[in-house]
Amino acid sequence: MRRVPAPVIAILAVALAAQIALEASRRPARQPAASLPPAPGVEVLRLASFGENEAASRLVMLYLQGFDLPGLDYQRLTAWLRAALALDPLSAYPLFAASRVFAETPDPARARIALEFVYDEFMRDPNRRWPWLAHAAVLAKHRLKDLPLALRYAAAIDRSSTSRDVPAWARHMEIFILEDMNELQAARILLGGLLEHGDIQDPNERRFLERRLRELEQRVK
Amino acid sequence: MPPAATLARLVLLEARRGGLPWLAAGCIALGVGLGAFLSQVALTENRELQLALVAAWLRACAVFLIAAHVATRTVREIDDKALELMLALPLARATHYLGRLAGLAACGALLATVFALPLLLWAAPGAVAAWAVSLAFELALVAATALFFAMTLVQPVPAIAATAGLYLLGRSITALQVLAGGGPLADASVFGQLARGSVAAVAFLLPRLDEATRTEWLLYGAPAAAAYGAVLGGLLLYIVILAAAGLFDFERKNV
Repeated sequence: MRRVPAPVIAILAVALAAQIALEASRRPARQPAASLPPAPGVEVLRLASFGENEAASRLVMLYLQGFDLPGLDYQRLTAWLRAALALDPLSAYPLFAASRVFAETPDPARARIALEFVYDEFMRDPNRRWPWLAHAAVLAKHRLKDLPLALRYAAAIDRSSTSRDVPAWARHMEIFILEDMNELQAARILLGGLLEHGDIQDPNERRFLERRLRELEQRVK
Repeated sequence: MPPAATLARLVLLEARRGGLPWLAAGCIALGVGLGAFLSQVALTENRELQLALVAAWLRACAVFLIAAHVATRTVREIDDKALELMLALPLARATHYLGRLAGLAACGALLATVFALPLLLWAAPGAVAAWAVSLAFELALVAATALFFAMTLVQPVPAIAATAGLYLLGRSITALQVLAGGGPLADASVFGQLARGSVAAVAFLLPRLDEATRTEWLLYGAPAAAAYGAVLGGLLLYIVILAAAGLFDFERKNV
């Protein structure tokens, strides 16, 4: 240390202090909503990540999380989400973000774009992706007050998912939405068919649905 | 101890004295720090996010460390005339070359084992073991590549650049082939066909590194034995090619 000339130490100290002061004066980086660029193709992302598809998918999601929701271009956003999901089709992140974050925007038009993304992607792998479409149905019903849309989503879960892992409440959403729409006859037929088909194994669930069917039949009368 | 084993041991000793363990420890510490940071920003799939990014980071670090280590030590040996001194020993050139390569591959296997350990925080031991063995093969391939280029080009920067080029091409050739394919809008002209043919020809000469050491195994379970065996077999074949090419060059070299 003693062998180092004083001007060298002084220049080093001043330059370091100036660097810290310069960085401290910067405003924290925040991505403006309008700056979300068009999504690159999946193959371009694969190329850019040198085959680390799973890591790239999650990095895309972290990147998207950095944008402010108001003013965000949802067409571009869903293209990015689609790319992230194509990079890792087993990842839950893009669908979770679409249904739980981006679809919960106060702007109904943009919420619908996010919900449609969830619906489209659900159709590619219904047995794995039903939880997000179920949430989309709830949002459509309660937030958008769009019962036909909620019914479309609920019906898709019932018709397209074949796995035993899909719980009964998700399968029965369609019936309850039909009831809310006052489509009592349709709900009754659907519920009766479900009970008759023998899909319901759980005795408590069966009792509950039979009671519900009796109530429906009384209301139809 | 056979001469090749002695040479391999020397390579390992030099790696230890050259600070490779400290660099590896630094990479692991940064990786675990990255994982801890990511756990704060993830909305969901916390474990998967940490695992995917830390595994990608450790894989990249391991490849860079082994390539840089092999290229610099080999060129230094040539510059210091240490290689000439070693060649004065009554040993065949093949023993020299393959002994070094065996030591470097062992170094890569140690690195792969150490780098796999932190992944046990987030992934099942079976999947981590599959990932680690594949990484060990991948690092042996990178070591063979770096040794070949260092012996041939005799300069560290070109040797590292050539190794990185081959490695990255191997990692991205599948995506390049899809991009070159162009789908239904592909250029049907002679030049378009020539471009696609060129990419296909390059692909024949490259190892399929995008199929090795996959993060997918850590996230969603170890691969099927047949597929895994095919991946390791492909890597092993390419290591043999590189070792034979390096040996060919070393035998004809006028050192």
